[in-house]
Amino acid sequence: MNNYLQLEKKTKIKNTVSKVVIYFFLAFWAILVLFPFYWMILSSLKSYAQYNGERIPKFFTLYPTLQNYKEAFTTVPLMKYFGNTVLFAVITTSIMLMVSTLAAFAFARLEFKGKNLVFTVFLSLMMIPNELVVITNFTTITNLDLRNTFTGLILPSVTSVFYIYLLKENFAQIPDELYYAAKVDGTSDLKYLIKVMVPISKPTIVSIVILKIIECWNSYVWPHLITDDEAYYLVSNGIQEIRENGFGRENVPAMMAAVVAISIPLIIIFLVFRNQIMTGVSKSGTKG
Amino acid sequence: MGKENNLKAWLYLLPAFIFLVVFMIYPLIDVLVYSFEEGYNFVSQKFFGIGFYNYSYILHDPYFLQAIKNTFIMVIITVPISTGVALLISLGLSSIKPLRKLFQTIYFLPYVTNTLAVGLVFMILFKKTAYSDGLVNLLINWFGGESVDFIDGPYWAKMFVMCFYIIWVVMPFKILILTSALASVKEDYYNAAKVDGTSKSRTFFKITLPMISPMIFYLIITGFIGAFKEYSDAVALFGTNLNAAGMNTIVGYVYDMLYGNSGGYPSYASAAAIILFIIVLTITCINLLVSRKHVHY
Repeated sequence: MNNYLQLEKKTKIKNTVSKVVIYFFLAFWAILVLFPFYWMILSSLKSYAQYNGERIPKFFTLYPTLQNYKEAFTTVPLMKYFGNTVLFAVITTSIMLMVSTLAAFAFARLEFKGKNLVFTVFLSLMMIPNELVVITNFTTITNLDLRNTFTGLILPSVTSVFYIYLLKENFAQIPDELYYAAKVDGTSDLKYLIKVMVPISKPTIVSIVILKIIECWNSYVWPHLITDDEAYYLVSNGIQEIRENGFGRENVPAMMAAVVAISIPLIIIFLVFRNQIMTGVSKSGTKG
Repeated sequence: MGKENNLKAWLYLLPAFIFLVVFMIYPLIDVLVYSFEEGYNFVSQKFFGIGFYNYSYILHDPYFLQAIKNTFIMVIITVPISTGVALLISLGLSSIKPLRKLFQTIYFLPYVTNTLAVGLVFMILFKKTAYSDGLVNLLINWFGGESVDFIDGPYWAKMFVMCFYIIWVVMPFKILILTSALASVKEDYYNAAKVDGTSKSRTFFKITLPMISPMIFYLIITGFIGAFKEYSDAVALFGTNLNAAGMNTIVGYVYDMLYGNSGGYPSYASAAAIILFIIVLTITCINLLVSRKHVHY
């Protein structure tokens, strides 16, 4: 009996130790993830003189100031970048959603000749890396004189084969009976799509929309290639511009204020739609 | 009825079809054509021959060779480390109850942040300036090391920051996928193993690992593909002139050739893009072959 108790005690200690190690490890990674965020907020609150006076950077500040934020929004047209990005994200996402919904409906609901062939071609396009098509798109947009326009920014960013596929899978799960019932009632296909299919697939559509908005917010390469006029910069290009010749190279606190301002909208979206985003990403991750 | 249906379906497909043809299928063919047109002039849109000159040119361009070397180093370092650490973290996450949600939320944060913006923070943390050695160097000094300039300094230092940042950026996705894969392993298997008195490590290698092997493998493939296409993280850390920093990547080379100070050569860019595509395709095929042997579906 004594022996048994000892053994139990031993396992208990062993379990506690392993729990401590696990928590320590997880906390360590959490700190690694959070630290850059902490540092950008901290640096953005230090005054210019204070920041540059610290030969050894301090981990806290006793004299926080919002001066840097004021500077970030007045010295560079940060507000303009924000407006551009929101406009770009909203229009791109709306067009993408319309185009994808219609196509997904055709694949899921309608019967037509060559459907399987066309769908296979669509699927195989998912494997084409963007880098391969960017070159021609750049030439196309340049030749159409669409550089430094929203049309040029938006059009090539609309296509998203994967979302068509995701929506199609979702639509295909909706029972046929609903469709036939609607047909008997004389509902047109388009009305059925908008009034029945779209509302039923709302969760998927919401995650698609959020993921596309995140993608737009963070897109850098295409806007970088197609715009060199500050009036059309998105936040990514704006931040790059700020880095290269924004506030004068050394004004790190103002830079950090701009970085915080750019990061906050997405973090808020993430905290609000946490579940949709994470299921959306894990779904799109398991597409293979 | 049949014909009418056909027409209607195509009408629904039409918008998507136009977008895909104009911005994906046509460019795909075009990029191949470009890559074989010798001496293409962007302004006059003329060329004087067909052949492999573009390929031979970039394969002899030291910048391209440097970009290939950089990209391969990044891939070889970041893919195994990020996948391995993500697996450890997911295992840790699945073995705890309290605080799990909080950790998961924190770990996912980098996914929703602008890599250009956070890259700037990393640069500040690692950079050595006239005013200050920066935070990372402060830590190094605490442990008795010498300060290193990670942003404008020696090659290995720059490569270290680069890989560190890439891993930081790709972890959320991998952790998320692996945690959901671990959650989908049926409790029954573990219970059966417990009844049999199977040791923890044996349970891991005989049950958990085989059950989630398809997902690990999926992450390795997508990790390889993603790492080969590395570009904007490098820009975030080292600025747009990556050739000068010696940190260019293959994709960076493509864009530099296309546009910017050294740009205006879509043929060279196309040849480089095709080479990238061939590399990625080859690696993916090798991965698929390896997986046949080791992955249990």
